[in-house]
Amino acid sequence: MPAELDLAPLWLSLQLASVTTALLLLFATPLAWWLANTRARGRAFIEALVALPLVLPPTVLGFYLLLVLGPHGALGAPWLQLTDTTLTFTFTGLVIASLLYSLPFVVQPLQNAFESLDRKPLEAAWCLRASPLDSFFSVVLPQAMRGYLTAAVLGFTHTLGEFGVVLMVGGNIPGETRVISIAIYDHVETLDYASAHWLAGLLLVFTFVVLLGVYTLNRQVRVRVL
Amino acid sequence: MKPTLLSLLFFISPVLLMVPPFLHADEVKVAVAANFLSTLQVLAPVFEQQSGHRLRVSAGSTGKLYAQLRHGAPYDVFLAADNKHPALLEKEGWVMPGRRVTYAVGRLAVWSGRSMPPQEGPQIFQQSGIRHIAIANPATAPYGRAAYQALNTMGLWHTLKPRMVQGDDVGQVFQFVASANAQLGFVALAQILNPKNTFSRDYWLVPEGLYDPIEQDMALLKKAQNNSAAHAFVAFMQTARARALIQQAGYKVK
Repeated sequence: MPAELDLAPLWLSLQLASVTTALLLLFATPLAWWLANTRARGRAFIEALVALPLVLPPTVLGFYLLLVLGPHGALGAPWLQLTDTTLTFTFTGLVIASLLYSLPFVVQPLQNAFESLDRKPLEAAWCLRASPLDSFFSVVLPQAMRGYLTAAVLGFTHTLGEFGVVLMVGGNIPGETRVISIAIYDHVETLDYASAHWLAGLLLVFTFVVLLGVYTLNRQVRVRVL
Repeated sequence: MKPTLLSLLFFISPVLLMVPPFLHADEVKVAVAANFLSTLQVLAPVFEQQSGHRLRVSAGSTGKLYAQLRHGAPYDVFLAADNKHPALLEKEGWVMPGRRVTYAVGRLAVWSGRSMPPQEGPQIFQQSGIRHIAIANPATAPYGRAAYQALNTMGLWHTLKPRMVQGDDVGQVFQFVASANAQLGFVALAQILNPKNTFSRDYWLVPEGLYDPIEQDMALLKKAQNNSAAHAFVAFMQTARARALIQQAGYKVK
């Protein structure tokens, strides 16, 4: 490993991915639950909206985010008034960008899990007058565990691999917005291939190990459930 | 139905008929640094009309184009944003030796995207409300390096550093400022003067003594040594007509 290899971008990426995943699991649960159960007309509309980041090029997302998060933007302007800081070029801004960018990777597995729930235990819980929160934690969550695992891992690794959006709204600030993919890109551009290899290799191995763990665990969980 | 040669001909014949008169014209594939693209788009029709050859343009950052050229990218002429990368290519044996020419000298300007009082000098950075100052990545972008040198020479780098944000190249710096995310940015004068710039054209031209000249060199690739169109293009870039257009676009010529 080169002596001067800076690992800060790796930690920053892990931090960004953790915060984003935690927030997404929180926000995506009610959204996915609603999508799984509603017969409302707007459902297809919302589903299409949620899936957009899957197919849009990150440059499109980044281009719009730069406007929305900017000091005159719909989100950026009130934020500037409230906190006297901007959203672009900050870690908070990256979290908001990542929430959007990774949204479908968390909502879709959760929605699938909720849609394939066995309804009978849930109805039994209702008959026994369990509170909604209680029935969620005692009945829904155990059944949807695999969905949550998939959602968390996909959200986490997808945020870890984020590049185009960060390049467009980040501003490459060390310790704030210089995430690992940007650092690798910089190393390649400055012909520092040794550092690029190390960071890229680390990311590759790490992501693979996480995915391997999930697929292994997934199999075991299935066996136990069935 | 099997596509026969005849049916194929049937489909492409209208396309063949649309090809303009110069059927024997050769093609020049040019790799151009992003900052010069809009200028090249002005030069291209003039060259094509004069020579009857056709120009095919691919734009990117100098560093990326360099990396592509080292791996055999199919370009005939390289218009870089500095003189370092063409020199490297020559050292590595990819370009015709001794054929590197400075086609333009870049001029660095500070731009705010809105009209500003004609302030002479670095007090432009002392105005209130300047949260972010955008520069291109000094490690990779020639205009970023020049901006870094200028700020260093003025003794401002350390005081302004906390407010500095980096774009990948001057194109992104321009976008940061145009979208009001950065209040000031170090860009190429040619970007501000670009006819497609719908924002303010006010700027502060950074004095030339403050940074090393941004000599933008072009090089003829070895694989193009028998391409008469490529030779013609390199020669065209040094004609009085081309040099006048380059100057008009916001560059200096040597």
